[in-house]
Amino acid sequence: MPYTIDNRPADVRESLYFPEIFQAIGLVVKTFWRNAFFSRDPNPDILERDRTHNRVATVQYPEEKVPYPIGYRGLHRLVPRADGSPRCVACYMCATACPAQCIYIEAGEVEGDPIEKYPVKFVIDELRCVVCGFCVEACPKDAIRMDTGEHPTATYTREGQIYDEKRLLRGPPVSYEKDPWLVRPSRLTDAALAADRAAARPFSSLGADEYSQTPGFSSRTLAAEAKGRSGA
Amino acid sequence: MSKLVLRRLDRNNEEMLINFGPQHPSTHGVLNFLVETDGEVMRRAIPDIGYLHRSLEKIGEMVQYPGYMPYTDRIDYLAAMFANEGYAIAVERLLKIEVPKRAQYLRAISCELNRITSHLVSIGTMATDIGAVTPLVYALRERELLNDLLEALCGARLTYNYHRIGGVAFDMPEGWRDKVLAYLDRLDSSIQEWDRLISTNEIYRKRLGGVAVISRAQAIDYGLSGPNLRGSGVDWDLRRDVPYGAYPDFSFEVPVGCGWAGVVGDCYDRYYVRVLEMAQSSRIIRQALEKMPDGELTAKVSRKPKPEAGEVQSRIESARGELAYYLVSDGTERPYRLRARTGSFMAMGIIEDISPGLMVADLVALIASLDVVAPETDR
Repeated sequence: MPYTIDNRPADVRESLYFPEIFQAIGLVVKTFWRNAFFSRDPNPDILERDRTHNRVATVQYPEEKVPYPIGYRGLHRLVPRADGSPRCVACYMCATACPAQCIYIEAGEVEGDPIEKYPVKFVIDELRCVVCGFCVEACPKDAIRMDTGEHPTATYTREGQIYDEKRLLRGPPVSYEKDPWLVRPSRLTDAALAADRAAARPFSSLGADEYSQTPGFSSRTLAAEAKGRSGA
Repeated sequence: MSKLVLRRLDRNNEEMLINFGPQHPSTHGVLNFLVETDGEVMRRAIPDIGYLHRSLEKIGEMVQYPGYMPYTDRIDYLAAMFANEGYAIAVERLLKIEVPKRAQYLRAISCELNRITSHLVSIGTMATDIGAVTPLVYALRERELLNDLLEALCGARLTYNYHRIGGVAFDMPEGWRDKVLAYLDRLDSSIQEWDRLISTNEIYRKRLGGVAVISRAQAIDYGLSGPNLRGSGVDWDLRRDVPYGAYPDFSFEVPVGCGWAGVVGDCYDRYYVRVLEMAQSSRIIRQALEKMPDGELTAKVSRKPKPEAGEVQSRIESARGELAYYLVSDGTERPYRLRARTGSFMAMGIIEDISPGLMVADLVALIASLDVVAPETDR
């Protein structure tokens, strides 16, 4: 055993009972005043906090937030190219890998290009999503990512949790340097990356606004429509 | 419950039938116990499970082999890493894949970290159930720090989805190793703090010592496993006796209950075995971080594996006992049958046999000491 349980019998001072009681009360009072009158070190890394005066280990959540680590699986986003169009080429890899089947894609051909495709519709049902990150791992173009560091926001309607390409396409068009998601190294040069970053739109509030998309819009109705079209 | 035959109660003797749960804070989830009482003494307590059934085994037959991994997280929300590992090992045996050494070490580290978080919740809630509210706050404080580390490793705090068929998903982030070592130093001292705070507390020892004794033979007969079995004095640990993964490389001891506060197999033994196991987990993680080899993170596995027809079983030592997966393949890309054997479900069976003669308040101590988690029971 690495250590043994220390359960010796009480000595004379402890069996007198009152010195121990007053010592304990004194400790509580001392800690209370110390924590009440000295300000708390707001460092989110609790192990590195200055504990000389105030020893409270809490993070006052809505005001203070512990930053999410790189690689945290948050809300999805579609990565734009530098010109704002999605990187996605509608290859259906993410929709195939998704164990919850929450991704719906409709592919379209880029005008004037005999090869290139793009997603006409790209819908993620965040209520069905199990936040596993398989879509990010499956993507060959690094076009879908979960690096927003946001949670899917609370909504009043179920439609509000269905994210279409308008809400998903946001954020910087870059691959971060130390990125656990990135399997293949970026082919962009450093100068091109810096230019991309400078030109990037910041994370907008578009994704959080449930009214920014068509009401009554759901991946199931879309799938039913598409099935009807192909049948006819 | 229609098939359950209830004994006719003797009204002259103040016998009552009480529903304990399903919305009771001490039942650790949505569990129901039908308790026949005579005053404060229980005649019998019958567990009524199934409130959290989510057909996780049936889902396994619907999704492809790699796609089931995020669903295993939901089997036991306090110890998701073990469910990941057990499933990964089962499919690897089916596909006959050799896991790279580095992946095995990362698996061992992540699982042992998760064992510490799970045991911290277990011992903290146990103290709260008995009536000592303060220790829970201490336990959850330590667990929060550890959850931050696991979040940096896997990208989520509870539903890790870290293991993959043939390895693990990510390597350690930069600086993570030093953070873990700093945390383990803190943990070793906080276990001693924990001992001073509650383990050696005379009231706590007297409250739990000699209560709800499960004898060695009973524990084996009912198929208890993990800390519950070791609390009853049986020296059995799958990590040492049926080694898997990287565990043969580490030296660690298996704590066994020896009647610290009364009889072997009482609530205190099951509780204190968990405290000692946390220190052993800390030892294993230190050794693994020290010996960590370089190499690949995953073996070469097809994205859509189609194993040959056959059946396999995997057994691992989870925080709640033996976690076994039984997989039957019919040669397609989905399992024909998936079955999970979980420790909590086995522990529920013994409650009906142990409960006669206990006080009603002791039922809370018994459930807490068995570390029953409702979603793992029901799956």
